[in-house]
Parts: sequence; C-alpha cells; structure tokens
Amino acid sequence: MTHPKTVQLFHTCIINEVYPEVGMSVVNILERLGIEVRVPASQTCCGQPAFNAGFHADARKVARHTLDLLSATEGPIVVPSGSCGDMITHQYEMLFHGDSRGQGGEPAYLAKARAVSHRCYEFSVFLVDVLGITDLGARLGSNAMKAAYHPSCHLLRGLGAKTQPRALLAGVQGLECADVKDQEECCGFGGMFSVKNAAISGAMLENKLRNLEASGASTVVSCDMGCLMHMQGGLRRKGSKLEVKHISQVLEAGFK
Amino acid sequence: MSRFLDRVETALQDEELKGALGRATDRLASRRSASLDSLEDSDMIRDMARRAKMGLLTDLAGNLETFEKNLINNGVQVHWAEDGKAANRIVVEIAKARDCKRAVKSKSMATEETHLNHDLLEAGLEVLETDLGEYIVQLAGTTPSHIILPIIHMTKESIGEVMHRKIHVPYTSDPEKLAKIARAKLREAFLSADIGITGANFGVIDSGAVVLVSNEGNARLVTTLPRVHVVLMGIEKLVPNLDDLDLMIKILGRSATGQKITTYTSIVPGPRREGETDGCEEMHVILLDNGRSRILGGPIAEILGCIRCGACLNACPVYKNIGGHAYGDTYPGPVGAIVTPGIRGIKGWKSLPDASSLCGACRDVCPVRLDIPRMLLELRKHAVEEADVPWTLRAGLWGFGMIASRPWLYRTAARLGGIAARLMAPDGWIKKLPGLAGGWTRSRDMKAPAPKSFQRMFRDRHV
Repeated sequence: MTHPKTVQLFHTCIINEVYPEVGMSVVNILERLGIEVRVPASQTCCGQPAFNAGFHADARKVARHTLDLLSATEGPIVVPSGSCGDMITHQYEMLFHGDSRGQGGEPAYLAKARAVSHRCYEFSVFLVDVLGITDLGARLGSNAMKAAYHPSCHLLRGLGAKTQPRALLAGVQGLECADVKDQEECCGFGGMFSVKNAAISGAMLENKLRNLEASGASTVVSCDMGCLMHMQGGLRRKGSKLEVKHISQVLEAGFK
Repeated sequence: MSRFLDRVETALQDEELKGALGRATDRLASRRSASLDSLEDSDMIRDMARRAKMGLLTDLAGNLETFEKNLINNGVQVHWAEDGKAANRIVVEIAKARDCKRAVKSKSMATEETHLNHDLLEAGLEVLETDLGEYIVQLAGTTPSHIILPIIHMTKESIGEVMHRKIHVPYTSDPEKLAKIARAKLREAFLSADIGITGANFGVIDSGAVVLVSNEGNARLVTTLPRVHVVLMGIEKLVPNLDDLDLMIKILGRSATGQKITTYTSIVPGPRREGETDGCEEMHVILLDNGRSRILGGPIAEILGCIRCGACLNACPVYKNIGGHAYGDTYPGPVGAIVTPGIRGIKGWKSLPDASSLCGACRDVCPVRLDIPRMLLELRKHAVEEADVPWTLRAGLWGFGMIASRPWLYRTAARLGGIAARLMAPDGWIKKLPGLAGGWTRSRDMKAPAPKSFQRMFRDRHV
C-alpha cells in the first residue's frame, strides 16, 4: 500500500467514554506522521459485548450500523484496540455468513464485512506494517522507564500481531522492556466474563498483577484499553503504584 | 448462583489444588513447546493431522462401516452403543456370557463418560483401575481432574495419605515407594483378571486395529493377559491408516507430556490367532455414540477431531485456576467446555462455554488446530437460542443493541451514564457497582467515564 494520506479512526467505546486522552495520543502520532485523521461521528461500539454473550441478533444490529458508516468512508481504518479490531476483522463475518448451509446469512452485509475487514488495522500494526515505521524518534530523556508490555490476547492471537508493538517499544530511546513471567497469559478481562465469572477473572488478574509487579516495571503498556482498564482497576484496589499506559501514550511521551 | 459457580468458589479456595495444579501445568506446557520446537516441520505435521481428522468426519458413517468390517475380518466382535447405559450393558453382558468375575482397566475417558465402573460393580464384578493415577482416583473415590493426568490436583503427600488409609500400607510421600506399592498390588490383579477393559486412542480404519498409548505398560497387560478384552471407544476416534497414525503419534505425546513418543504404543489387531503366543482369546469393540452423532454436521463438529492430548487444559488460565472437578463432568478444560454441552446438551451446561475469556491460548496449542474459541462462541449463541438465559441479561443486551445502533441515543445514554457514574465516584473511581456489574468491583475498582468524550475533544481541536 502506498503511504496513505487519510485514515478513518474507529476510536472504540472505551476510549471515547473512559480514556479520551488515549484517542488524542493516537491522533497526535498519526498527524505528526503527516496523516489526516477522520473520525466518523456516528460511530458507537463494535458490538462485541452482545456477540460474545451469544446474542447475535443484537450484535448484528450494531455491526450493521458500524459497517454502514465505515463502508461510506475511504482509506485505511485504524482501530486502537486488538479486541475491537479482531471483532471487525474476523467476527463480523461470522455474524453474517449464516450457518454451515448458508441459511440465515446476509450476503450484502457479508460483502461489506469483508471489504471493511481488509481496510482495518490495529494501531501498532498500522504503524509497522502499513507505514513501515518502527522508530518514531521517541526519546524519553530524563523520563527513562522500565515498562512491561502486556500482549492483549485478541491482538496477539486474534490478529496475530506479536512483533509490531514490541518493535515500536524497542524504538523508544530510554525505554527498557521488562521480562514478565507468563507474559502472554490473559489478564482475565474477557469483557462480560469479568462480571459473569468474576471469581475466576479475579484469580487470573491476581496472577497477572503479581507477575507484573515482580518484573520491576513502573508501567504496564498494552494496545488494548479494555485489558488496561481491568488491570488498572485491580492495581488501584491493591494500592499498587504500577501505572498503565496505551502504547500511543508512551510513544507520544517521547516527543514532548 | 449456579452449581458451576459454587464449584469454582470451592476450587479457588483450595490451596493444595492451586499449588499442585500450577506446578504441573507449567511443567507440561514448557515441555510441550520444547518438544514441538525440536520436531522438524511440526506446523506442517499439525496441518496434515488436522486434515486427516477433518476428512474422516465428512463421511463418518461410511468410515465406521469400513472400520467395523475390518475389525470383524480380524476376528473382533463389534457392538454399537447409542448411549452410555447401553455401552455399559453390553460390557456387563459380555462379562456374564464368559463368566468373568474380575476386571482390570487401563485408563479410559470413554468409560469415565459412561460411568462404567459403577455399573460393573452393581453387576457384581470386581473392577480395578491399573493406570497409577486412575488407581489412586479409584482408591480416593473421586474422578479424574485432567484428561491425561487424572490426579494432577493431588500432592504426593495426599496420595500417600490415600494409600495409607485405603490399602493400609505405612504412610510415605516418596513417589518411588508409592509406585512400588501400587505396582505390587496391580501385578497380582493382572494375573488373576479374566476381563480387560480399555478405551482407544485411535482406531485404524484400514487395518481394523485399536491403538493404545501409555507410559506404564498397563494397557499392554490389560489387553493381553485376561481372556477377554473389551474396548469402549467413541465413534470419532478413527484414523484412516497407519501413515496417518504416525502423524497422530508424533503430535500426541509431544502435546500431552512433551514426550517424542510415549513409552508404549500398542497396536491391537484382534484376538490371539492360531500359532500366536500372546493376546486375548476374545476381543470386543464397542463403538459409543452418546451424543456424538448429534454434534456431527453442526457448528461444533470440529470438536470430534480432538485427540484428547490435554494441551488445551495446560494452556488454559481458567483451568489452571479452577482445576478439572469444577467443570462438573468427565471432560474438563476448554475441550470439556465444548464436549460436555455437546454430548449432554446445552441445558444445564451453558455455564461451561461462558467460563472463558476467549483468550485463544487453547487454539494456539491444539495439535489439530481446533478453533476452540469459535466453538465456545457458537455454544453461547446456541444457549441464547435454546436454553434459559436470565431475562435481565436478555433485556440488557437487547437494550445495548438498540442503543448502540442509534448514534444519537448512544451519545445521550453514554452522557447520562457518565454523569451518574461520576456522582457515584467523586474521585473518578467506583468501588462498588450494583447488580451483575457488582462482579467487577469484587476484585477491582471501576474507572468512571471521563467528563469530556474523545469525540468532543477531537472536535474542539479540529473545528
């Protein structure tokens, strides 16, 4: 792909409502790279909560809305989340392809889902794979830190992006990546799982936070605010000093 | 609270379970990845194994008929069992017809599934498990908590305790001494048994043979010493031929325990023939359906390709925290969360597919690349369509779908929700949420929405 001049930002509901500053960091980085960021105003949520709970009819309503609005735009779609990115890239198809005999499918939306899927990139994947950038020139200077990267499950295993975020972090001068035991293990978020199976989710979170704290890092960095919101809530409950940051915030800090 | 969640609470408070399970699953997972790394073309072998398994499912009925024909040619008597009760009845009938009194068994999940031991004891037979783990499970009066390591939940101390209490040997926690004690007991049983009962790791269609892998050699004794050998196997456990068996063997041991090959691989091609020096006099194969044919052709048919290596259990952060017994039926872990609702029906079992963060670690390690998260999602969908879902959840997600597909309504709801949340949390953090959401605040605080959304921030700067 030639270097795109414009991207559409699907900001995700968590960033829009809870972590708007993360969205601004994403915008700042993209604009710094000379890319115009467009934010389709009528976007809501990707529909994953209903889909994961098995309520496909409700998820389809949200997916149709999202596909309609994204189909009306052009250029790459950047999603600052592996989880929502995986939903749009892979699961929308499952919502519209019908059963094994093709019964109950929606061909028009299936076609839209496929077209949108090809345009959709998680933020770190977009920087590395589309723009070909790993060194953004970020320098932490006197704010040098040890960070623990948390590979979110849907980015790592859903979208298969293992190396891109690590490459971007390796490009930040003054950032040391900590070794974390069981680094690729889930933090226990899983959307509705964290409330429906709160006890199991809490036990998984406890393991994750113990390993993160033992790593000696001051900051947990990830590409998914869902996982980070979950870990941040657990860290706060424990009274831990460990901070959480979206990868865009770490990259942006290196420009300031 | 469902019974599943009760069992989970119990498991999470079990310190012995936590220690034993954590150590064992870590060790198995690292051995697995090391042994697969050392296998050249392991990715290709996994692809080929998957193709072989999936190919069989496209004509399972025809493949079973061929397998049956070849078994009969080898002198094996073949039986078909629609469900567990029928399978157990067939075993009891075989035992009675041949006047068998003492049964020895090698490890079999199929017989756990049908609760065979219970029915054999009721029919007046003596039954002894001869896999060391299963033997201890039997002594302890529990059930296996892992597909390949039945007593993964126990420490050596509690095993010593069980053996001391049940067979009155002096207490020891020395694994070697414990194994020796068991060995002596089992050896007597092998020599006096008149019927041997096994499952099957594979049934080789074109050879009409049953394949068993083990590390203790007990399967070989169970299949050769008693007069009668009965195999109880699920109808999905086929491989086309010995070449495909080779693929399966290459990945089974590695995925299960990190072994290149298990100590024993027994290919049993029927009873003893004229001129042969060992083998049973009479061999029976019972092909068990028990809900499997219902799975075939549906959205979770893929699960019938499972080779029961247990790798998904060792990789699963849920299983590693709650252990096998919390799953409430024969098959635990990610595979159990699919097989159990598959063979028993979704009603009463929907909490199993729900108990996953969909992290996908199981899919990564599956030797035949089963898309376990996809099947969990299919079962959740099926549960919503078929079973009883709490009306609160149904209403909640209906509301979500309605609101999130109407941007103006969504923005209003988000703004109102944000105002309410910030009222509950003057410092920006909610410590206790009401209703179902209260699960979240059980072990974490909830960040309240920001006063100004991203869209507004973006607009303020760009307009």
